[in-house]
Amino acid sequence: MNNTVLYILLGLLVFSSLFTALIKNTLKAVIALAIASALLSIIMFLMGAPLAAVFELSVCAGLVTAIFASTISLTDQPNPEQQAEKNKKRLSRYIYLPIIIIVVTGIILITKPGLDFTSFTSTVAENTVQNTIWHTRGLDIAGQIIVILAGVFGIVILFKERSKN
Amino acid sequence: MPTLFVLIPFIGIVLLNLFYTQGVKKLAFGTGILVTLLQMFMACTVIFQIAGNVFSSIEMDYFISFSIDMYAAIVLFTIGLISFISLIIRRHSDNDEIFNFSQLIFIIMIGMNGTVMVNDIFSLYVFLEITSVASFILIAKKKVLMALNGSFKYLLMSSIATVMILTSVAIFFMTFGTLNYNELGAQLSGLTTVSTQIILAVIFLVTGLSIKAGLVPFHMWVPDAYSNSSDSVSVLLAGIVTKGGGVYAIIRLLMVVFPQIAIIQDIFALLGIISIVVGALMAIGQNEFKKMLAYSSISQIGYIIVGACCGTPLGFLGAFLHFFNHATFKSLLFVNSAAVEAQTGHKELDKLQGLGGKMKITAGTSAIAFLSTAGIPPLSGFWSKVIIIVALWQCGYVPYSVIALLASILTLSYFLILQRKVFFGKPTEEFENTKEANKGFITASMILAIIIVLVGIAFPFVLNFLKIKGLF
Repeated sequence: MNNTVLYILLGLLVFSSLFTALIKNTLKAVIALAIASALLSIIMFLMGAPLAAVFELSVCAGLVTAIFASTISLTDQPNPEQQAEKNKKRLSRYIYLPIIIIVVTGIILITKPGLDFTSFTSTVAENTVQNTIWHTRGLDIAGQIIVILAGVFGIVILFKERSKN
Repeated sequence: MPTLFVLIPFIGIVLLNLFYTQGVKKLAFGTGILVTLLQMFMACTVIFQIAGNVFSSIEMDYFISFSIDMYAAIVLFTIGLISFISLIIRRHSDNDEIFNFSQLIFIIMIGMNGTVMVNDIFSLYVFLEITSVASFILIAKKKVLMALNGSFKYLLMSSIATVMILTSVAIFFMTFGTLNYNELGAQLSGLTTVSTQIILAVIFLVTGLSIKAGLVPFHMWVPDAYSNSSDSVSVLLAGIVTKGGGVYAIIRLLMVVFPQIAIIQDIFALLGIISIVVGALMAIGQNEFKKMLAYSSISQIGYIIVGACCGTPLGFLGAFLHFFNHATFKSLLFVNSAAVEAQTGHKELDKLQGLGGKMKITAGTSAIAFLSTAGIPPLSGFWSKVIIIVALWQCGYVPYSVIALLASILTLSYFLILQRKVFFGKPTEEFENTKEANKGFITASMILAIIIVLVGIAFPFVLNFLKIKGLF
């Protein structure tokens, strides 16, 4: 039963991801992306990773969607002629995407490669989240802070200089 | 000691922002120069083992897993040197601001220094990301359509690489329960049967790192990113960023994690040799100065990777020496291309002619750089290429060593085309009043040219020193 729910959710996830890539309207694409993130967080929750699910939901479905939506509201929409031109190219550019997904899924379903991750699961469970984040992976947290610093710095620099121009 | 390599650039960023005034803004260049010189000095203390106790006592628990060996120290020195050159070029380029640029250089230095010193495959991913994010911003900073295009291409390709590297890290962790280089290497070499997930992880890792390193056929972002960014950024990108990130990661993993796994060495060797040939062939057909240099970079990075694939001490020595040499001669060529563009306003080769008489230092240093790239003795590039070719021959990659040797002729041919078009012949009327580049460009190119010549002439001593240190 549980597996059936997972398969349905995974199917919906692929569908909403495809929708995100193929839809013409950028705002609708952002909403589809948020739905994909929300579906992913449900899958994560069902697979026993509640913390990852919470992060996925708050950052990817929440924060990122808000940033995308505000960016779209700040930018000019292309005029109908440009849009029509783009739409012509769109189909030829993305037609391969669903085909690739169907082929890859087919290969996976036919070959059923056995991925065995049971060997290490017991050791992982012994570490608490706090312990892992602050003690075992302290260096990476410091690194991630610098990544965020670089990102924020970039946005500030690029937008500040743009407004000056 | 390793802590300082991350901490000093970080302190630089904090100080510049904490005391931000118009006065402090003017100190940005000085701070940048100080930080890069400090980095070079600290790397020298490791290489020559002087004043070790003074620095090694400074440690923080967070950075305890960092380590520096001789090879890492050479790369750290190179990072300091090329960042220093890039700052000088920025200072003397018109209309380019330096305050934010210095801070981005500091961030990129943190990323690259971390990549060089980590011992853990997830930390490697984190520091590679720092380098990449700062690079996107640096390229996009030029704010012309082509630069934004280059930055976006790099961003897209890098995102794909990120997903692949992260997936492979996750699979390795789930399978072996460790991400430490040595432990992972020990576990991998002890495997009797290779499962599907490990093959998958290796494919993802090889592809992800090849994208970051710009190896053929994952090189699409390289020419646009290098040729469309501002001069100081292209010097930095071609000189050190691609190598300090992806290329170094590949060499280190080949050295510590996959030394026993022949199939991975074979895959990278094949990608390397394809890069050497395709990069050189593509370079011949280019009509833009910087684009030709970008394709040449792809070709030279192929040499570094192929050398490392031998898995022998001589192979790694050749790879790291070519790493350093390529950083110096390619940066020099990018500095000179910037100088030519600044003085003439052209970057297309067929519009340039006879600048040798007008820009004597630029033409002279260009000749030194391209002869070194093509592997002409006694310049530095000759020695590192010879070591790589000998290492390839010794470890059984005989056809590859022949191809690597023959590709040098291709290198020579495209640089002769470049030198002839830009510097030889009589200057056209348009260039009658062209002057030599400004003192910033001249200083930068002279420093790099002197290093190339000195390393080349003094190479027996360098080799002897490295032999004493037990590198081969």
